[in-house]
Amino acid sequence: MAMNSRLRDLEAEAIFIIRETVAEFRNPVMLYSIGKDSSVLLSLAVKAFAPAKLPFRLLHIDTGWKFREMIEFRDRTARDMGLDLVVYVNQDGLKRNISPVSSGSSVHTQVMKTEALRQALDEHGFDAALGGARRDEEKSRAKERIFSHRSSGHLWDPRNQRPELWRLFNARLNPGESMRVFPLSNWTELDVWEYIRAENIPIVSLYFSALRPVVERDGRLIMVDDDRLPLLAGEQPQMEWVRFRTLGCYPLTAAVRSNAKTIDEVIEETGSAAVSERQGRLIDKDDASSMEKKKREGYF
Amino acid sequence: MSKFLADQRVLTILTCGSVDDGKSTLIGRLLYEQGQIPEDELAGLTNRAEEAIDYSLLLDGLEPEREQGITIDVAYRYFKAADRHFIVADTPGHEQYVRNMITGASNSDLAILLVDARNGLTSQTFRHAHIVSIMGIRHVVLAVNKIDLVNFDERVFQNISTEFRKLAELLSFSDFEMIPVSALLGDNVSTRSSRMTWYEGPTLLQLLAGSEVPEKARTGFRMPVQLIVRSDGGGRGVAGTIASGQIAIGDKIVLLPSGRVTSIKEISSAGRAVGRAEAREAVTLTLSDHVDVARGDVAASPSDQPHVGSQFVAQIVWLGDETLRPGRSYLLKQGTRTVGVSITAIKYRVDVQTMAHEAAKELRTNEIGVCNLITAAPLVFDSYAENAAMGGLIVIDRATNMTVAAGIVLHPLTRSTTIRPPTLFVTKDARAHLKGHRPALLWLTGLSGAGKSTIANATEARLNAMGVHTILLDGDCLRGGINKDLGFTETDRIENIRRAGEVSKLMLDAGLVVLCSFISPFAADRRMVRELMRRDEFIEVFVDTPLETCIERDPKGLYRRAIDGEIKNFTGISQVYERPEHAEVTIRTGELTVDGAVDRLVAELARRGIFDLSGEPGRGHE
Repeated sequence: MAMNSRLRDLEAEAIFIIRETVAEFRNPVMLYSIGKDSSVLLSLAVKAFAPAKLPFRLLHIDTGWKFREMIEFRDRTARDMGLDLVVYVNQDGLKRNISPVSSGSSVHTQVMKTEALRQALDEHGFDAALGGARRDEEKSRAKERIFSHRSSGHLWDPRNQRPELWRLFNARLNPGESMRVFPLSNWTELDVWEYIRAENIPIVSLYFSALRPVVERDGRLIMVDDDRLPLLAGEQPQMEWVRFRTLGCYPLTAAVRSNAKTIDEVIEETGSAAVSERQGRLIDKDDASSMEKKKREGYF
Repeated sequence: MSKFLADQRVLTILTCGSVDDGKSTLIGRLLYEQGQIPEDELAGLTNRAEEAIDYSLLLDGLEPEREQGITIDVAYRYFKAADRHFIVADTPGHEQYVRNMITGASNSDLAILLVDARNGLTSQTFRHAHIVSIMGIRHVVLAVNKIDLVNFDERVFQNISTEFRKLAELLSFSDFEMIPVSALLGDNVSTRSSRMTWYEGPTLLQLLAGSEVPEKARTGFRMPVQLIVRSDGGGRGVAGTIASGQIAIGDKIVLLPSGRVTSIKEISSAGRAVGRAEAREAVTLTLSDHVDVARGDVAASPSDQPHVGSQFVAQIVWLGDETLRPGRSYLLKQGTRTVGVSITAIKYRVDVQTMAHEAAKELRTNEIGVCNLITAAPLVFDSYAENAAMGGLIVIDRATNMTVAAGIVLHPLTRSTTIRPPTLFVTKDARAHLKGHRPALLWLTGLSGAGKSTIANATEARLNAMGVHTILLDGDCLRGGINKDLGFTETDRIENIRRAGEVSKLMLDAGLVVLCSFISPFAADRRMVRELMRRDEFIEVFVDTPLETCIERDPKGLYRRAIDGEIKNFTGISQVYERPEHAEVTIRTGELTVDGAVDRLVAELARRGIFDLSGEPGRGHE
């Protein structure tokens, strides 16, 4: 399918940002979360440097609780594309048996995602991390710069962001500081889907409807992806036609009932959706400024 | 309006105006009426005391914003209406957040300027209208909001409109409209108001839907080089985004600033092989010759070339917390090039209220001025009016790395193209050869009374005895002549150091070993001097003596007078001394005798091969 000028502009803008990151930083890395945005980002990065190989490594922060299908997709993608992929697990959190089931969503996210990311960036000395976050996802992201500065300790200060004029990104850092870079800042959820369709980009099939075993909790459909999810009294997994709008740790990511089995159907459904994309993310609901708090502490 | 439907490009809209004029409310209302607010988000907007929806909560996404009920930083919101895609940059109204407002303005195609119908145009309206104009936004909509609070009175709207027409003319907005709206009640936002039959123009949404995305360049082919892509097969591609014009296989291009001409062998756009490409595309070009090209260069059309030079005039919006001081060295980023820069003169400051030009020696936060700039290496640029991507620049503070200014190039200084470095028959190397040693600069910095002059004098005596050709420069000797016109304000002290640096550079050209003894308290100024010289010629010597010792010594009685308040701006007492962090040599006078210090400096010069200690004095070079 041909691309319209809006998608072409977004594509060119993202490639420009990725190239600036490589040109300006000593040791950049691309965060790879296996989701649809990461798939688009990876495809753009390949285009930015073709025919040469990607000039940076990819980093996946593995919490140990991703959908099994995500991990299979990750390993297959890395193998097929010959990617230099680092998989990082917070060993300390693993030893302490931190999990979304026993520790609760907020401790799990703090230890296994936020702290793990900071550890991984420090350990490898990455000074810039490219990520697929978009401004239309959430209110605090809507406020964030494309080149988002982090003080030492990876902290974001939303009250004192650097001015960002035109496409002249100030990439200069003092010792200990780092940058998060968001090439998809100006993309919407629908843009991502239309681009995936136009470019035929492979994505995890969890985004498409299938019969999956789910339990309903507080009005949310949680998929029983393995036997680590304790079932409550009277709970019995039911097979339902569901799909996911975003992907995270499976006990923290709600499915939506849907019959959208093809990309055209997914796009049609996304265009007419009455609720936002991140509604299925349980970790966003802890309180009103939840995402901002996590971001200030170094969450992506 | 059908001709616009085919235009799929996203229109980026800026909303600006004073605090409480209702910017966030207007955009929230527009999104709500277009069914663009998801249910779960809408649920979060009604959790305040009243039942009514508070649209502003939709955009004020930061905790401190919601707590204080104000907008601090620009929020971007994406929506689709009337078959168009829009990005709204909702910017803060408070004066202290101008740098966030300008962040939103720099990438916008159209500006909605809000005023409160009860207040009319305020000083913040003037400021924002001026910034909108500087940023090159030519299409402006004045939304006269809260029209319900003046009983939908036509006269109020007409009076404000008349005033705005004058302003729009002054700021050369090519295209402007005025609309009376009530963001709160929805009048003339996306549906026509039945309460203002006197208004016959379009609703806000109609106006936005019918606006075209303006082209921001009128120049021929330009592409700032981002990086060189090297493939395993030995291929070399020149990667960048086309700033203006178009290019096809076989076309000739010129690489600037080198001036080398070559042609295009292959083009790939976003990884796809194509025959031609145009503005905004991210491309990789394969050239037909193996020419030298690097990041920061610009590929351009040979028949329509940008300016190449290091001196130009720019309009500067100063965003830094610290005041802009002419002469100080900063970094400048333009296109894909980052170079040292110094603002040599402020031609005038602009009063944002009256647009009057005022004489100025410095620019404070949020002030706007027209300045002369000189860069450490040539830039390839166009005026901003001709090409926004080639004429916009940012200024970065070297110490904090903060972006401290936004600038737009107005025009090159003709001097930069007419004064060329003279063609020299006798070179620096030839002069040095005759002297039998290489030139170098020892820059002694430290507090008054630290012992700089004593060490510099003793070192010069030793070098002279060795047959090395020297000169000693210090504050007293320069201030007695070449710097007679300078006082001791911060701006004058920076100029004092700049001239010392330039004089030293001439002396180095003459082949001398130069000893400079200056307090030079600011790191940025010492760095400016360092960058004038070749890397291996500059030796910073930190004469490190504790302040207490200097006060005790007080050879000229200056500390006593400074402590008594008789002398102002005295380093160490009433002005800071920034200790060097990367000095080549540090001399702690408490641990070394004068002779010991001289030994250290002579040894350092020898280690650098300025002369050879083991050989005959004065013949070390051979």
